[in-house]
Amino acid sequence: MIGLPHYLTLAGIVFSIAVAGIFLNRKNVIVLLMCIELMLLAVNFNFVAFSHFLGDLSGQVFVFFILTVAAAEAAIGLAILVVLFRERRSIDVEELDTMRG
Amino acid sequence: MLINILFYLFSATLITASLGVVLARNSVHSAMFLVLAFFTSSGLWLLLGAEFLAIVLVLVYVGAVMVLFLFVVMMLDVNVAQMREGFTRYAPLGALIALIVIAEICYVVWHPSLKLDMLGLTSDVAASASNTRSLGLVLYTKYAYPFQLAAVLLLLAIVAAITLTMRQRPNLKKQDISAQVAVRKGDRLRVVQVASEKRP
Repeated sequence: MIGLPHYLTLAGIVFSIAVAGIFLNRKNVIVLLMCIELMLLAVNFNFVAFSHFLGDLSGQVFVFFILTVAAAEAAIGLAILVVLFRERRSIDVEELDTMRG
Repeated sequence: MLINILFYLFSATLITASLGVVLARNSVHSAMFLVLAFFTSSGLWLLLGAEFLAIVLVLVYVGAVMVLFLFVVMMLDVNVAQMREGFTRYAPLGALIALIVIAEICYVVWHPSLKLDMLGLTSDVAASASNTRSLGLVLYTKYAYPFQLAAVLLLLAIVAAITLTMRQRPNLKKQDISAQVAVRKGDRLRVVQVASEKRP
């Protein structure tokens, strides 16, 4: 019988893979954005699983809003990336030190 | 039994696809692995009875967001070999942190005092009504204002993305309609007094 812990563990594994991906690909901004999408997917998994097993539809409504925000975030992030590449001819994260961060 | 088999099949595919996103050498391959991850999670959401969200995930993510990603990946001419620098240096740290997070989540989720695996045996959700219908009933009544806020947010994202990427080329020859309309007679026409010649 597949229960809630199975789904939560799966979401946790996907989330940690995405976190590891942010550590590994710290040069490529596009892969960083994809890792963020993967993390959002894992979080949505938790919401859907809890919504199913608790019998409460609010979780799915929240997933709906998270999908909206994630789509907006991806669009603006990619727009910033395009502008960045046009200015610097590179998407290396380690070269983005103009603001001394 | 079939649901168990499907769950483990989809889970294995999802984890493999996520590893592919992280480890793929080429950004295009990463994007395609992400598409696979979205497809398998949509299948898993179907198993959970969230049909509407599963379809939305395929339509919005695979159909729109990932196409946008692929456009950007192919538009930017990125040196792949240079992007892989430092990959092996950070690999042990990343793997260590991932394993720690997985261990913590498993410890919490499978802890016997929580009895999370007993949850849901009493409730059967969405077996009776259409998932889309019940979601719409909640979304347009209880969550009507957040729904409109989400719409405004999408409009904001459209405006922001277009404003960010729009650029004025300096030597582009084009019509400026407002300048044409606002022109006055004095800007174009000059009345010159020419001294008239004497008649011979």
